[in-house]
Amino acid sequence: MKVLVTVKRVIDYNVRVRIKADGSGVDLGNVKMAMNPFDEIAVEEAVRLREAGIATEVVAVSCGVLACQDTLRTALALGADRAILIQTDVDLQPLAVAKLLQAVALKEVPQLVILGKQAIDDDANQTGQMLAALLAWPQATFASTLRVADGKLQATREIDGGQETLEVALPAVVTADLRLNEPRYATLPNIMKAKKKPLEVSTPAELGVDVTPRLTTLKVVEPLKRQAVVMVADVAELVAHIAHIPQVATLRNEPRGN
Amino acid sequence: MAILILAEHDDGGLKSETLNVVTAAGKIGGEIHVLVAGSACSAAARAACQIAGVVKVLLADATHYAGQGAENTAALMHSLASAYTHILAPASSHGKDVLPRLAALLDVAQISDIVAVASPDTFVRPIYAGNALATVQSADAIKLVTVRVSAFEAAEQGRSAAVEPTSIACGPDLGLSRRIGREMSQSTRPELGAAKVVIAGGRGLASAENFHNLLEPLADKLGAAIGASRAAIDAGFVANDCQIGQTGKIVAPQLFIAIGISGAIQHVAGMRESKVIVAINKDPDAPIFQVADFGLVGDLFKLVPELTAAL
Ligand SMILES: Cc1cc2nc3c(=O)[nH]c(=O)nc-3n(C[C@H](O)[C@H](O)[C@H](O)COP(=O)(O)OP(=O)(O)OC[C@H]3O[C@@H](n4cnc5c(N)ncnc54)[C@H](O)[C@@H]3O)c2cc1C
Repeated sequence: MKVLVTVKRVIDYNVRVRIKADGSGVDLGNVKMAMNPFDEIAVEEAVRLREAGIATEVVAVSCGVLACQDTLRTALALGADRAILIQTDVDLQPLAVAKLLQAVALKEVPQLVILGKQAIDDDANQTGQMLAALLAWPQATFASTLRVADGKLQATREIDGGQETLEVALPAVVTADLRLNEPRYATLPNIMKAKKKPLEVSTPAELGVDVTPRLTTLKVVEPLKRQAVVMVADVAELVAHIAHIPQVATLRNEPRGN
Repeated sequence: MAILILAEHDDGGLKSETLNVVTAAGKIGGEIHVLVAGSACSAAARAACQIAGVVKVLLADATHYAGQGAENTAALMHSLASAYTHILAPASSHGKDVLPRLAALLDVAQISDIVAVASPDTFVRPIYAGNALATVQSADAIKLVTVRVSAFEAAEQGRSAAVEPTSIACGPDLGLSRRIGREMSQSTRPELGAAKVVIAGGRGLASAENFHNLLEPLADKLGAAIGASRAAIDAGFVANDCQIGQTGKIVAPQLFIAIGISGAIQHVAGMRESKVIVAINKDPDAPIFQVADFGLVGDLFKLVPELTAAL
């Protein structure tokens, strides 16, 4: 079975974001970029499926600017067999990405598409669900374990208050949660090998997909700063500071809101 | 304008998240309807009828909505959507599963995790783990929005002139997905998302045993929910659904006490809106002190029992 896995180029998760002075967005100039951490998990899972003999081929896909090639090379170094870049300078929103991936899926005919559950830049958590809808496939979102057998997939999902296990027929869309696996690091020999693996470039126009944004960002601002911390010397001083909070006040039998 | 809200419920009852979404809908303006889709879920629908501001409760009760799978739920909502200008759901694991799927069926954008309503077509939402707030405007005919529950008050419940649930025709059973197991955490504590006090522990607690032995007595005293950093969860101190942060629960209690948590941005994303933040950490340079209101530097193994005793 063929597995498609998606990778997004985002600001490195360790980098502190700076907001542009004109409030038009986040400043990405000269900032370290990396593969979205959830996509690393998605790639790892796809590669493990191939190593287990369940998947026959792992195809990595990225949508965006030319530099997404770097992200795809990382996916290849982690074990993907080949890569596809849908290149555009348009600011892609989740619905547009889902439509591009749908077009790729219709050409490639994978049995499974694995995406990260969210990207750490726009934090949207939408693309996998949208892709599943467009393909009319089942979805297993926020997956923390996957088992594929007999044309079926079982996924344990992390949900509010616990977890649940779904069984879906293939083909299906899965989105990866943090605990699905621990991604490997790319080794130097594998990074070298990745340079020779095939990377195909296409465009939204070639795929016949309209990627015009639906949402307009009017402004981007910093969240309100919290007041400076008061460092206390000991527990008694701490308790004095929080004694007015109702849940603490009741305990201490003191008047509320004081 | 009319707004449809996807109720958060467990068939037997309504979840409190629904109440916060009703408040968000009130800020948009328009007639508010609530959809309860489930199996043997009429009790949840009756509870939805009690929410102030709700004029209609739609009840879709069928065995193929047991488990509230995204595929069948989105298909049902697709058939209802044309009557609405807005469709809202809490940014819960269920809301986040269903609403993007519905958006793609309707060929509209979806706006995730809003924290404020600027106008009926313009919303504020955190991006980059809450390090930036974006104001976004939608040009779509139907706005699909998930709501960050902690950013809106709960609507009033228990009004007397209640409406009756309206049973609606159910959608098809697409048969795409089947739930074969479910394990919910058993806890007598308040729910993390709704708790007034949250005690959160990190890697600094060093073991599951310490985590429970130190944090539970404190949480018991304060009637608090217990949360954790990702590192604490990865180390197996406590269950996954306790994770607070960018990719876990978002909380905004009256009092948040961070114990042995360094304050990585991914963690802070889930608690920075708390009213009062207390941090206990042995490292005076830990980033958690940059968001805390009150900081206490020292060994948590000594300080936490002291705090519990002092309250
Ligand atoms: C994509 C992605 C998503 C993530 N999502 C989340 C998320 O949702 N939530 C989340 O929490 N994290 C998340 N993380 C992980 C995050 O980056 C941090 O790794 C994590 O929050 C660290 O947890 P911690 O503070 O418990 O551990 P550490 O960073 O190891 O901090 C432990 C702290 O305990 C203190 N300490 C140790 N011993 C003692 C003692 N005896 N007394 C007092 N203090 C002590 C130390 O000084 C230290 O500050 C995410 C990471 C990525 C890449």
